[in-house]
Amino acid sequence: MTITAVRPAPPLSALDALEAEAIHVMREIAGERERPALLFSGGKDSIVLLRLAEKAFRPGQFPFPIMHVDTGHNFPEVTEYRDRRIAELGERLIVASVQDSIDAGRVSDVTGPRSSRNRLQTVTLLDAIAEHRLDACIGGARRDEERSRAKERIVSLRDDFGGWDPRAQRPEVWDLYNARVRPGEHVRVFPISNWTELDVWRYVAREGLALPSIYFAHQRSVFERDGMLYADDPLIERLPGEEPFTTSVRYRTVGDMTCTGAVLSDAVTMEQVVEEIAATRITERGETRADDRATEAAMEDRKREGYF
Amino acid sequence: MQSETLLDHDAPALLRLATLGSVDDGKSTLIGRLLHDTRQIADDQLEHVRDVSSRRGGGTFDLALLTDGLRAEREQGITIDVAYRSFFTERRRFILADCPGHEQYTRNMVTGASTADATVLLVDARQGVVGQTRRHLAIAALLRVPHVLVAVNKMDLVDWDEARFTEIADELRSLADGLGLPDLVCVPISALEGTGVVEPAGDIAPWHEGPSLVTRLEDLPIDGADAHGPLRLPVQWVVRPEGEHGGGRRYTGRIARGTVRVGDEVVALPSGQEAVVTAVELLNEDFDTAAAPRSVSIGLDRELDLSRGDVLCRVGEAPAPAREIEATVCWMHERPLRPGARLLLKHGARTTRAIVGEIRERLELETLASVPAPDGLGLNDLGHVRLRVADPLVADAYSECRETGAFVLIDDQDHATLAAGMIISAV
Repeated sequence: MTITAVRPAPPLSALDALEAEAIHVMREIAGERERPALLFSGGKDSIVLLRLAEKAFRPGQFPFPIMHVDTGHNFPEVTEYRDRRIAELGERLIVASVQDSIDAGRVSDVTGPRSSRNRLQTVTLLDAIAEHRLDACIGGARRDEERSRAKERIVSLRDDFGGWDPRAQRPEVWDLYNARVRPGEHVRVFPISNWTELDVWRYVAREGLALPSIYFAHQRSVFERDGMLYADDPLIERLPGEEPFTTSVRYRTVGDMTCTGAVLSDAVTMEQVVEEIAATRITERGETRADDRATEAAMEDRKREGYF
Repeated sequence: MQSETLLDHDAPALLRLATLGSVDDGKSTLIGRLLHDTRQIADDQLEHVRDVSSRRGGGTFDLALLTDGLRAEREQGITIDVAYRSFFTERRRFILADCPGHEQYTRNMVTGASTADATVLLVDARQGVVGQTRRHLAIAALLRVPHVLVAVNKMDLVDWDEARFTEIADELRSLADGLGLPDLVCVPISALEGTGVVEPAGDIAPWHEGPSLVTRLEDLPIDGADAHGPLRLPVQWVVRPEGEHGGGRRYTGRIARGTVRVGDEVVALPSGQEAVVTAVELLNEDFDTAAAPRSVSIGLDRELDLSRGDVLCRVGEAPAPAREIEATVCWMHERPLRPGARLLLKHGARTTRAIVGEIRERLELETLASVPAPDGLGLNDLGHVRLRVADPLVADAYSECRETGAFVLIDDQDHATLAAGMIISAV
């Protein structure tokens, strides 16, 4: 890794300005919190976070472990990507497993055709935060994803139940982040709050980052439910009349297989994907995330409980 | 759009924008209009707005619903908290801080305006300048937002009357002069009808020759004022590489002010140790030179014993570290500020203990005129205070540099953020 480019200092582009802000946030958390962790899902946003952490802390090690909350219902391509990328980076990975929470009786598994472990993750996450005594969790949420996220601070306090109180947020002025916590509390930190889906893709392209293969068009056996295409997989019980068929799809977000839908696509290169995204008329969570469709305030309610 | 422009990541610059205005000036409608007419609204979001509009009766498509965020806001039909939204045009990428207009949320306005390169202040053409307008203009002036634009909204309801617009614009300009805000730009619009926002007012208001609000925003210079002036680089984190990663120690941070170059002789404050810059880099990129607000890693020709909060300055341009601060603060907490309070102060990457001395006066929100403050400062009050800090600060006056002249006050027990502060002088 000795690619060396010499660049003068022009006014910062939008992407450079967003990058500078995100790196600043990460270094603040490293400096102010004793036991942070970086939450990694295998999705493009957390892949960008890993890159930003490299920029913030190399040639040193990351001053925090990387934590994956594993529902056990991952796309195998994503787990494979995770292990490869972490090995490349030489950093420490903590896997917090929803299956372990179920086995320990902390939560009951949900079954049936419309079941998803999405909501169970919150318990696993909060247990892992307690077990590892984490006082900061750095995540890849963005303000353009969902309307309650648009109101959240970059450094956002969680009480000792892991809950978010949108009416008691700390004012966040200039770039002076207040990451202080009392025992039991922690902060959730969102360095790429101000990025959009398109910014993320542009950054992935600019930095030449590899992504899990499911982000690009591939042939997959899928079935349709509620206008979304789900993977035809033993993990998802099909209802009568839900017939699988094989077609060319890609994923726009990467979550639990049971609540993440695919979109029809022939885009196999980064350029083609970016073109499709720029032309699309539907938001990524609206198009591909069943977990946000439950109620008008589905995300806000889960965040109040301690969700990502 | 072509794919080459979509992946042309170095093209557009970023403008941070804050919208201010009182409750009924149509701010949510304007933001909805900005997002809608620049085609940022996806079909599922439009569908949602249509849905809710019809459920609430009235049947008209309510653009303001696009900016609804929290459950309580939807239930009460008001905006409680600052929301951040992105939109872009072919020429510029915008981050918009949507600040609630209620008087009791002055702290949110300060929050939104603190990071803004520009503000758009909404005025209702029928109401003209009201108390809230004066307060918002004063906050923009106090926070030294580089560009202030006024959108005179609801022009359709005054039949696009030129005389009415001129009257409001003249009053605003004279207020702005009094606050030291130069070059106030006023634009007539109707957010509801979409006139003058993205498209120019054109035939509807032939008397107005200026461009639309969005064109104005695209044309604003992003002067990067902080990139000029003396170097201030607060050290956030020292990288001490071990083992195979190798290499020397790196001092990392975001350049708060000025420019750093390889070969610069720098001094670390407050210790006064000197060294020469041997590297300005970020992962695999080497910069000859880098300017605020870039985040960088710095290599020096000798190992210095620096820690978080120390500041690198160029030799000869370093300020004297200060322990006595005189500042304007915006108090943001229900618990009032009293003389003698012991607090934490965060400035740059340094957090230190502070004792509040004299609370010299309170500022009238509409005029910034000083009045006595015998009871200290309450929620949403602005005032002049003196502070003494335990660790010396490497600070500038806020009037010289927003980045190095700003601080926050934090409660040392429950860690609440109590106040936003702007340094007047530091000795």
